[in-house]
Amino acid sequence: MRFLIYRYDPESGAKPHMQPFELEPSPGMMLREALLRLKAEQDEGLTFRHSCGEGVCGSDALNINGTNGLACITPVATLRQPVEVRPLPGLPVIRDLVVDMTQFYGHYRAVKPWLQVEGPEPEVEYRQSPEERDRLDGLYECILCGCCSTACPSFWWNPDRFRGPAALLQAYRFLIDSRDGAQEQRLAELEGPYRLFRCHSIMNCTVVCPKGLNPARAVGLIKRMMVERQL
Amino acid sequence: MSGLERRRFDALVIGAGGAGLRAALSLARADAHVAVVSKVFPTRSHTVAAQGGINAALANVTADNWHWHMYDTVKGSDFLGDQDAIEYMCRAAAHLVVELEHAGIPFSRLPDGRIYQRPFGGQSQNFGGAQAARTCAAADRTGHALLHTLYQQNLRARTHFFDEYFAIDLLRDEQGYILGALVLEIETGELLVIEAKSTLIATGGAGQLFRTNTNAHINTGDGLAMVLRAGIPLEDMEFFQFHPTGIAGKGMLISEGVRGEGGYLVNGAGERFMERYAPKAHDLASRDVVSRAIYQEVAEGRGCGAQRDHVLLKLEHLGEEVIAKRLPGIREMVQTFLHVDPLHHPIPVYPTAHYTMGGIPTNRHGQVVVPLGAGEETIPGLYAIGECACVSVHGANRLGGNSLLDIVVFGRAAGNHIIEFLKEQRTHRPLPPESLERALERLQRWDRRGEGESVDGLRRALQETMERHCGVFRSEAVLLEGLSKVREIRDRLAHAILKDHSRIFNTARIEALELENLVELGIATLVSALGRTESRGAHSRIDYPERDDRHWLKHSLYYLEGERLEFKPVRLKPISVDTIPPAERVY
Ligand SMILES: Cc1cc2nc3c(=O)[nH]c(=O)nc-3n(C[C@H](O)[C@H](O)[C@H](O)COP(=O)(O)OP(=O)(O)OC[C@H]3O[C@@H](n4cnc5c(N)ncnc54)[C@H](O)[C@@H]3O)c2cc1C
Ligand code: SF4
Ligand code: SF4
Ligand code: FES
Repeated sequence: MRFLIYRYDPESGAKPHMQPFELEPSPGMMLREALLRLKAEQDEGLTFRHSCGEGVCGSDALNINGTNGLACITPVATLRQPVEVRPLPGLPVIRDLVVDMTQFYGHYRAVKPWLQVEGPEPEVEYRQSPEERDRLDGLYECILCGCCSTACPSFWWNPDRFRGPAALLQAYRFLIDSRDGAQEQRLAELEGPYRLFRCHSIMNCTVVCPKGLNPARAVGLIKRMMVERQL
Repeated sequence: MSGLERRRFDALVIGAGGAGLRAALSLARADAHVAVVSKVFPTRSHTVAAQGGINAALANVTADNWHWHMYDTVKGSDFLGDQDAIEYMCRAAAHLVVELEHAGIPFSRLPDGRIYQRPFGGQSQNFGGAQAARTCAAADRTGHALLHTLYQQNLRARTHFFDEYFAIDLLRDEQGYILGALVLEIETGELLVIEAKSTLIATGGAGQLFRTNTNAHINTGDGLAMVLRAGIPLEDMEFFQFHPTGIAGKGMLISEGVRGEGGYLVNGAGERFMERYAPKAHDLASRDVVSRAIYQEVAEGRGCGAQRDHVLLKLEHLGEEVIAKRLPGIREMVQTFLHVDPLHHPIPVYPTAHYTMGGIPTNRHGQVVVPLGAGEETIPGLYAIGECACVSVHGANRLGGNSLLDIVVFGRAAGNHIIEFLKEQRTHRPLPPESLERALERLQRWDRRGEGESVDGLRRALQETMERHCGVFRSEAVLLEGLSKVREIRDRLAHAILKDHSRIFNTARIEALELENLVELGIATLVSALGRTESRGAHSRIDYPERDDRHWLKHSLYYLEGERLEFKPVRLKPISVDTIPPAERVY
């Protein structure tokens, strides 16, 4: 099986390039295992992030044959050859497949992704009906992998000002949590032409999310809340 | 050394899993100047993978109280757990789970809006009576929900994070005080000296010791090895939990929550064999019991599949509704890795290395303790919590759902204790130059060039050796052979060479340092397992099949120097209630 892998060694002074590799895949092999084997057997310097190996830690988001996804849950058998593996698009590359996610995390922090409740805390849990809880499904499961935001054209053009789908998905997760009391401030902070409204419903985000989440829908629903708020 | 950058903090927390983040939250809220160092971005810590839930006697589903929870935990531990720490944990549980809910965890809910609780292994009502439902769950993604929520609250509290910094070693002066740590910024390859008045280790478990495991690549027990090198012993390292239901041949975990929701195991003849091994609890017996049962079924030729090398976990009868609502993550994982839908197909499972019961000896405040005369003394300013610590609330066998509880209970306890400690400890102790040298040598050794073996091959050799020689069942001959093999791997590692000597984001170097840690822990585990000539909890010696309370109701302590063992008594006395005396353990 043939691979073309993006290489960039900042210490060598050389330009980034695509390097060919070959490997005999084992049955059921995921791309992460393939990369690990290439690192072990062919080039110790090949560099990428990974950890859990089962799609829950969000470390190994990569651009695979032009589409963002998690290496650990991408079976190599399904991929067109040569398999082109690149770092997530639009972010500064630190080395090989490792990108600098500082800005991505910054947007996440900026939406204040924590529960805000007014008033004294009760001795027991806040009550939340199963229906209210159901509304958090498809939102809280985000693993901050960055596949969506780095697939979003609006994010490429305005990475400093547009919050991006991942952060907006979390903004919505707290906006519709029946326990949260900061809805008004949360919406106010998303006002203006950039933070939220740069999204033009291009849907790339939803297409690539490896957890099957739907950030585009969340963005649409926030927009609707914004409109309702102005009425 | 003068060229190294230095930073000073009141408290240094090494590790940003659930344990480290819970402690950091207490510290940040008390306005302590705290640094959290993690080798991965915090939400990528392995707490994120926990599935089934967190135990607390909320009594939302079945009648319950912390006394019953305490009883189950002591029994589950095969009476090796320290009963003061267990009482402390079980009493604090309800309050802490409610606190987590207030912090934002999206727990699943009951119709009346309270937290959903599911049955888990080893849980009972009324001291060994009917099954209890004590495990509070956010679907089957409880660890994810817990870790992200704690991270979010730390962002709110403005905790200072050093993300993707690797701790190399602790810094220690002549008197044995720990003064902080030498850390490596992975992105730049730059070193940083973090000086701290108190240091808390929360680096998680060492599941990478074994080939088939449920742990992440990063679970290499770094904190445990750092402590060993600082001259402090490790407690009960022979107790390593093998989870009964890993995906056969691959290792990914299928949560006990599946059996909690009504799933059950069958052997090659289609028989529900757990009925034979645990007449009352069946599939929800303690993990050590279920793992041995599966091992035995397969060993005696009653396995499933062409190779008869696994058993099947059936959940089709649960129906789409329950699976979609309560076990969505399991379904997704089985579809991804086995290409079948558990709604229609049973899951092939086999025991897989899961949880490090042993670890850094502490008391219930999270303070690291070492033997002194007939008793113990604390090491001022040094703390350990979570999977790397041994309080010991899990003893010889951890109950499912008790680790997420352990990390928040002792995370908070240690955080609070450090706040008090800092009131006394106003200044940083001076850092003698020698203390840095040893840590630097550890790193510089990997600058050597030339011909030599690769690190990766040795890692695999270690994992295979541990799996073969220190698994579910053990015997003296097999352990001894394993020990000599791992010693040989250690010698080979001393001569291994890196090809990649770059500074920036050099993961090969990190993995070399991790493997050095793992090898020491492999030896610690084997030596401790050889020492304990009885069977208790997860430690099953075929040559000593019985539990032997007369000689072995005690904790082992392994010292790096001389690879020797010492022992200390189990704390059988709880804080306020009566001792739960050792008794025969049946489920
Ligand atoms: C698949 C799976 C499912 C589980 N399900 C459950 C469950 O349902 N209920 C339950 O109670 N328990 C469960 N457990 C157990 C439980 O999740 C863990 O024991 C617990 O989360 C450990 O938390 P921790 O904070 O101690 O360690 P971790 O979450 O492993 O965090 C360790 C931290 O230390 C850092 N670190 C390590 N070494 C270094 C170093 N050298 N330098 C810098 N940083 C370092 C890491 O970056 C990380 O931030 C499960 C475990 C697994 C593997
Ligand atoms: S729908 Fe919006 S957020 Fe998603 S990719 Fe398109 S522009 Fe970006
Ligand atoms: S929404 Fe999906 S793609 Fe985006 S960061 Fe979260 S998990 Fe990744
Ligand atoms: S390695 Fe954790 S998501 Fe892929």
